[in-house]
This record gives sequence, C-alpha cells and structure tokens, in this order.
Amino acid sequence: MADKHIDEISGVETTGHEWDGIRELNNPMPRWWVWTFYATIVWALGYTVLYPAWPLVNDATRGVLGYSSRGALLDEMATAKAAQGAILERIAAATPEEIIANPELNQFAMAGGAAAFRVNCTPCHGTGAAGGEGYPNLNDDDWLWGGSVDAIYQTVAHGIRDAVDPDTRIGEMTAFADVLQPDEIRQAAAYVVSLTGKPRDPSMVEPGKQIFMDNCASCHGENAEGNRDLGAPNLADAIWLKVHGEDQIAGQIRAPKHGVMPAWTTRLGDVTVKQLAVYVHSLGGGE
Amino acid sequence: MSLLDKHQFIERNATLLLVGSLLVVSIGGIVEIAPLFYLENTIEKVDGMRPYTPLELAGRNIYIREGCYVCHSQMIRPFRDEVERYGHYSLAAESMYDHPFQWGSKRTGPDLARVGDRYSNEWHVQHLIEPRDVVPESVMPSYSFLKENTLEVTDVSMDLKANRTVGVPYTDEMIAEANADLKAQADPNADTSALLARYPKAKVGDFDGDPTKLTEMDALVAYLQMLGTLVDFSTYDDTTGYR
Repeated sequence: MADKHIDEISGVETTGHEWDGIRELNNPMPRWWVWTFYATIVWALGYTVLYPAWPLVNDATRGVLGYSSRGALLDEMATAKAAQGAILERIAAATPEEIIANPELNQFAMAGGAAAFRVNCTPCHGTGAAGGEGYPNLNDDDWLWGGSVDAIYQTVAHGIRDAVDPDTRIGEMTAFADVLQPDEIRQAAAYVVSLTGKPRDPSMVEPGKQIFMDNCASCHGENAEGNRDLGAPNLADAIWLKVHGEDQIAGQIRAPKHGVMPAWTTRLGDVTVKQLAVYVHSLGGGE
Repeated sequence: MSLLDKHQFIERNATLLLVGSLLVVSIGGIVEIAPLFYLENTIEKVDGMRPYTPLELAGRNIYIREGCYVCHSQMIRPFRDEVERYGHYSLAAESMYDHPFQWGSKRTGPDLARVGDRYSNEWHVQHLIEPRDVVPESVMPSYSFLKENTLEVTDVSMDLKANRTVGVPYTDEMIAEANADLKAQADPNADTSALLARYPKAKVGDFDGDPTKLTEMDALVAYLQMLGTLVDFSTYDDTTGYR
C-alpha cells in the first residue's frame, strides 16, 4: 500500500493495483471538476435550508424563504387581479354598450372576451366561431335571439333552455306529429324548402303554404322571417342550424330537436360574460 | 486527499466493505421508502370526495383501455395560465381513490381533470363519435364504437373489491349493490335515491342518448362528467392546504 509506484512513461502515480503486470494510472480529477462538485454540495445544502425540503414526521421543513408553488400561484393571481382590478370594476359598472363606446374598455373587453371565448365557447361554436351542426355560427347576421350586444349579453348570461337559470331564454317548438296529418307535415316542409330552394314536389307547395300560415306563421312569421322574441329561426334564409333537406325539415316539424346553451354568469361571473358579449358582438354579425 | 487514500483499507476488508455497502444502501432505501408511510400528510383535508360509482369505475376502465391518458392529462398544475383555463389546480385528495392515478404526462388534447359539468352529455357523445363535428381542428380519433358496444361487465363488484383491497373505502353495502347501481345510474327510469345516498353528486340518467341500451359510451361519459366535480371548493382554504 505504501509503496508509491510511479509509472515510468507518464511519470504519473499508479493506484498500486497490479493485474498481470498492468497497472492503473491514478490521475487526479481535474481541479475545476472537484471544486464544482463541492460547490454543488454546498448549493444543495443551502437550497434545502431556503426551500421546502426535508421530510419530517407530520410535515416537512418549509424553508427559510417560505416558498410554496401554491403560494406563489396565489401571489401571482392576486397581482394579476390587482393590476386588472380598476378596469374590471369599470367594466362591472358599465353596460355592454358603454363598454363598446369606450375605446379603453373595449380594447380590454375584446382581449378578455377572446380569451374566455377560446376556453369556454370554442368546443361548441368552433375556434373561429363558425359554429357547427346544431351550434350557431356567430360570424353571420342570422341571429336566433337577437344580435344586439344587449341581446347577446342576455343569451350568454342566462343561456337558452338551461333549466338551472330561471331567466334563461325559453322557446320550444310544438311537436306537430300530434297536430298535423303526415301529408300535411310533408306539404309544410315542401313550402319551407320552396322559400330558399326547390322542393321535390312543387304541387305540395301551395297547400303547404296554407298549413304554414295556419300553424307556423304565429311564431315564424308570415314571411317565415322568424321571431327573435321566441327564438323562432328565420326560415326564409338559406341558413340551417340542425336540419338539411326536406326530410329532415319534416322530421323537425314532427318532433323538434332543441339545443341548449348553458347559462354562463354562474360559472364565469358577470364581468367575463360582458366581455364575451362584446367580443361575440364584434365577430361580424353584431347589430 | 489523505482520507481518500484510505479506501484501500475498506477495499481489502470484505466484512467492512459489506457493512459499509449495507449502510449506504440503507440510507438510499430509507430516503425513498420512509416518506411512503407518511403519504397521508400530503393529502389535503377536503369535503366531498367519494369513491367512484360502479358505472364511473367502468367508464374509468374504458378510459384506461382506450389509452385516453396518453393524450390527456388529469393534473392542473398550480400555474396561472392553467388555473385560468381549467379551474382550481388539482389536489392530491382528488386522486386519492385512483388506482392507478390518471395524471398523464402529455397534453396532445386538453387537460381533463375538471371536464365534468363543462359540456353537456350530448356534446360528449357527439365529440366522441366524431371529434371534428364539434372541434374541426381536432386530431383525436373517433370513438364511435363506444356507442355500439354494450357495456359488458361480468361482475363490477369485483372491481370494487379490488379497489377496497388497495384502500378505497367501499362499504359492504356498496359492493353488494354494485351491479344494481351500475345499471341504475344510466337508467332514466330507475329509482336512484339509494345510489345518490351512497354516492353523493353522482350524475344519473341516460348519458349516450339511447336510454334502451347500457353502452360503453354511457359509462365513459358518466366518468367524464364527474371528473373534478366532487371536491367542495367553497369549504376549501388554499392557505391551509399548504403542500
């Protein structure tokens, strides 16, 4: 052990082990490496003092700095809230129309509304608000319940046919399967199709018109232009939400399908709903 | 470096080397194993957590079978962007009845930890059948077969028993009624008062739009609709929930 053997060629000390005449050089670690290693140990010790680290029986050391990732989140949220607080208060106090009229509030509401829209509305209305099967397009001028910012605000806040909100918009179409004869329903469907396209059997349009006037016009209007107070869609434009073609229109007359839009005030709060209304109003169809 | 020169002394004394190795391995072992005995400490005290209903459990098994966790996480991290998008950050308590947990490690799709109550059942069914019908840019595969497959569970009470073995507090009553509960939860005409007493806040009724058949879609949607809805955050205090 004590016999330090120096390698003749390199002049470096060997480990003293020998296997069949082969010896291992005992080059020291580079000094920079050794000191970096020691420094990381010192760093780690300091870290465990400053930050939560050592597990104890019922808890863990909390660290001198008192940091926790959850606490840091609360601080960050509080900071963000404080930074937005003043303008959020002004939005809370303003009507949606006042928000649009005020450039500063409008800019803030547009950004906030766009963010809230992406999180909450895109699953149904689509990323670009173009809607989908059963979910209205919010970019066009065709509104079921009105396209003024106040009407949009009302719709977003209380939803449509959402049972949990007493102020929700309610409009239910009668199931005409019990009211009209099957051939009458087909005639009415033919008339509705004739408003924007070509029905299969043009001879059914005339009797269908009479059936429409007697049964449908009270909600959809004599010119089938719809009624926003009832959420009755305009049937004279070529925009179809749920049904396409004569058979599906007849099916809808027989046993209507109704969509549901959730009420959002309870989930998001009034301030976010106002921003959403402003954003949706800006998408292209706002009145 | 004189101390380091002494390693030859240990190296040439087999017993001492053995004792020394044992000591080092023990320290490593204790550091890794001991905290597991104190896991309770890391679980927040919350109101509202309950074991999964049999139907939710069946849905959860489908979730695992289909590998949903590969693209969806169930872990909202305590960052502002995540909390503002998904809701309150996930608590340890919320996965305490998960065996195994479904935190996942990658988000090709969004986090699902609080997807419950976010969309309607109809939306979920439509989305699972053809995701692009509702989210045009989605890359999620279609799971339309779930609506065709009747839910085939030979004896769901075995699932409950297995979970009880690993610590989920299923009562004898829950296990005895498991098969009945499984059917009752998705049956719009069933009397679900006993089910709801056993499993508060459970969603009941037809989930997949076809009340005549109990399908895998029913089970999966029932599971999705309860995710993240159990803990009562009105009684949970962020500051005492320090972890």
